[in-house]
Amino acid sequence: MNKIISKENLSEKVTKLVIDAPEIAQTRKPGHFVIVRVENNGERIPLTIADSDTHNGTITLIIQEVGVTSAKLIALNQGDSVLDIVGPLGKATNIHKIGTVLCAGGGVGIAPLFPIVKGYKEAGNRVITVLAARNKDLLILENEIRHYSDEVIIMTDDGSYGQKGLVTVGLELVMQREPVAEAIVIGPAIMMKFAALTTKKYNVPTQASLNTIMVDGTGMCGACRVTVGGETKFVCVDGPEFDANLVDFDQMLQRLSAYKDDETVHFHEYQTCKTHK
Amino acid sequence: MKDLEYYKIERAQQWREELRKNLKAKDRTSLDRCQMVEQDPMQRNTNFSEVNLGISEEIAYNESRRCLDCADPTCIDGCPVNINIPKFIKKIELKDFLGAAAILKETNTLPAVCGRVCPQEKQCENSCFYTVKLAKPPVAIGFLERFAADYERNSGKISIPEVSKSNRLKVASVGSGPAGLAWAADMARIGYDVTVFEALHEIGGVLKYGIPEFRLPNEIIDFEIENLKKMGVKFRPNFIVGKTKHFDDLRNEGFKAFFVGSGAGLPNFMNIPGENSINILSSNEYLTRINLMGAIRNVNSDTPAPNGKVVAVIGGGNTAMDSVRTAKRLGAERAIIVYRRSREEMPARIEEVHHAIEEGIEFLNLHNPIEYIADEKGFVKKMILQKMELGEPDSSGRRKPVPIQGVTETIDVDVVVVAVGVSPNPLVPSVLENLEVTKWGTIVVNENMQSSIEDVFAGGDIVRGGATVILAMGDGRKAAEGMNKYIQEKFAEKK
Ligand SMILES: Cc1cc2nc3c(=O)[nH]c(=O)nc-3n(C[C@H](O)[C@H](O)[C@H](O)COP(=O)(O)OP(=O)(O)OC[C@H]3O[C@@H](n4cnc5c(N)ncnc54)[C@H](O)[C@@H]3O)c2cc1C
Ligand SMILES: Cc1cc2nc3c(=O)[nH]c(=O)nc-3n(C[C@H](O)[C@H](O)[C@H](O)COP(=O)(O)OP(=O)(O)OC[C@H]3O[C@@H](n4cnc5c(N)ncnc54)[C@H](O)[C@@H]3O)c2cc1C
Ligand code: SF4
Ligand code: SF4
Ligand code: FES
Repeated sequence: MNKIISKENLSEKVTKLVIDAPEIAQTRKPGHFVIVRVENNGERIPLTIADSDTHNGTITLIIQEVGVTSAKLIALNQGDSVLDIVGPLGKATNIHKIGTVLCAGGGVGIAPLFPIVKGYKEAGNRVITVLAARNKDLLILENEIRHYSDEVIIMTDDGSYGQKGLVTVGLELVMQREPVAEAIVIGPAIMMKFAALTTKKYNVPTQASLNTIMVDGTGMCGACRVTVGGETKFVCVDGPEFDANLVDFDQMLQRLSAYKDDETVHFHEYQTCKTHK
Repeated sequence: MKDLEYYKIERAQQWREELRKNLKAKDRTSLDRCQMVEQDPMQRNTNFSEVNLGISEEIAYNESRRCLDCADPTCIDGCPVNINIPKFIKKIELKDFLGAAAILKETNTLPAVCGRVCPQEKQCENSCFYTVKLAKPPVAIGFLERFAADYERNSGKISIPEVSKSNRLKVASVGSGPAGLAWAADMARIGYDVTVFEALHEIGGVLKYGIPEFRLPNEIIDFEIENLKKMGVKFRPNFIVGKTKHFDDLRNEGFKAFFVGSGAGLPNFMNIPGENSINILSSNEYLTRINLMGAIRNVNSDTPAPNGKVVAVIGGGNTAMDSVRTAKRLGAERAIIVYRRSREEMPARIEEVHHAIEEGIEFLNLHNPIEYIADEKGFVKKMILQKMELGEPDSSGRRKPVPIQGVTETIDVDVVVVAVGVSPNPLVPSVLENLEVTKWGTIVVNENMQSSIEDVFAGGDIVRGGATVILAMGDGRKAAEGMNKYIQEKFAEKK
């Protein structure tokens, strides 16, 4: 059982939880994630550790409501507990001093991007971050990211904030202007696919952090498998970050929809019975 | 090791002599082997209750009379932990069922589990006098073992093994499968302060997430875990040694030695075209979703799992049988085993194959998948099977299946479960630099189950690369003995 220390809504569907997990707080590094099970009969879902506080023994999770489990998690309040949290999982980001680093985050991908931006900055790099969201209300962590970035470019689909356009526009802007040593992109699979195609044009080595479906998170089941450079890899133990130009994003996108129908129905049931309560 | 002298002395005891005199050997051998009481096949293939319902006291007694109490009990050679088989069976003949259970527990920590899942036909029962010399059905050692263990559990008179005075030395197991549990029981008995770390949220390893409840109900494992807790063993689920904390952190916290029983959890795939299509899962994923997470079978579970009309399971081992019979229970119209060798060569327990046939499982033997075809959304729809024939015997003595050139068959499928074996869990070797491993990734140990790192012992599937419950438990016990010796010596040195 892990207790929720504080809760803050970042946008309509995005919530930040600070949770008691002293052991994980101690060993986690940027890029790591945890697997959470909210309650008995609950599903195990992966969530990036957005931040941690070793002094208070807490980790920060930023959750976007997309289905039943994420909804149940953000329905919890300060003082409530989460049944199980295990981690830190995955390989940590290979953060090093290299020069100018271009970070791109889309939607809730900004949450897992945050610890990486922070890490790169603290390692002494020049960090330029492109944040993309559908509209202004969906943009999260802007201030936190600004604090650790030399420059922040904001893109919205509808132009309600920053510049109007997709994340790729922001990436091109930077790469046309100055040399970039490496890039990292995190967001919906479709965004990462096009971001990778864009950075490839400029020969910028690019990492993508993949958010596949997972069960155990320890390499035991293979639910998270993706094709990278023609080989099958398990995202939970071989990743979550991979060379973005080698990832078969189309296959990954398809695999993400494995349970879509079941889950849509289940979420509908959950929401209906919640309103009837 | 089998201690013949000891068995002789035991056998010479008066009560055994008397029992032997009660009934002539010839009359014993003319008795028929008992039948397990089973749920009706067409009923059980729609539920997850146990298939085998157990045998009554009367049936057990009758079966116990078949055992000849041999002067050379060859059955014991077939049991990896050398249970004193005639002694426990003769206790049943004496109707001292609790006494029988006590004998089992002298060498086997989880008799209720082994009675259910051991491949008896390859182990104890294969070496029984009846099999070897009479070519008759062996004494039903497994059924009797299960009977005695269940009797004790249901009697309410369970004996918690005595625990020596605490020596306050901390030791830990990495993993809570049968190897870790057997190790923990022995270490607790000696008086150690025992912690069992487990990556998953449930204790039990494959016993929980792999083997389905229709073969091994969870309550049996939970009962044993409760007993371990009563002996003072601490369990830490959701804790991955090497991730949540490193071995060095735990050493600093005072842990004197580790037992690695982390299993062979890495699923193998065949790497054939289309294998990453949706609804093609490893047996680990399929069984975990359904057994551990309750997908489909528990209406309140939030975890989904694919539920198809036609489910094909690739493989011929216990895992394949468990997966295919699970699919049937979840309502598959066709649940099919696809295996590249013939039926006789399937490595699964004979009883499981037999049960599967009764339950209406189809078998496509001498077939091997070579490609999967998915629809435009990525869901698997068809599989192309290469037909095989048996060629020359290979190094294992089995006739090697070879493709019949150009002969393939395409069948429609909705779900495919890949059960073609597992590899050792790489996590522990990847975080322990000086740990010696084989080229297959199994941990190298000496005769005391000690690895190349002196405070790290190992056993079970991580050492054997996929074996059986009883072998894993045997390793756990041997490691406990080795570790105790190691700690005592080290401790004495310091004093
Ligand atoms: C390594 C890793 C790190 C992650 N970090 C975060 C994070 O920090 N914050 C966060 O909000 N989410 C994160 N995710 C995604 C998160 O795990 C999923 O959103 C969550 O599992 C959805 O569960 P659910 O029951 O709420 O929705 P479900 O009912 O399971 O899914 C609802 C819909 O979302 C889609 N979906 C399912 N799983 C995913 C997924 N992994 N990614 C995208 N779409 C999915 C499905 O197609 C489905 O239609 C991460 C995923 C991974 C693998
Ligand atoms: C479906 C299936 C059916 C089977 N049927 C039979 C049968 O009928 N008869 C039979 O004899 N055998 C059977 N087997 C084989 C048998 O289950 C295994 O040989 C046995 O469980 C091995 O035991 P173990 O203790 O070595 O490992 P496991 O049971 O695999 O347990 C290892 C545990 O360690 C945990 N772990 C791994 N790494 C870490 C870490 N770093 N930190 C913390 N925890 C960790 C894992 O999560 C796991 O729970 C079957 C196997 C399967 C999969
Ligand atoms: S533990 Fe297994 S091999 Fe040994 S006697 Fe029991 S069933 Fe037979
Ligand atoms: S070999 Fe068979 S008959 Fe002889 S003691 Fe063992 S179980 Fe009994
Ligand atoms: S989540 Fe099971 S192997 Fe990655």
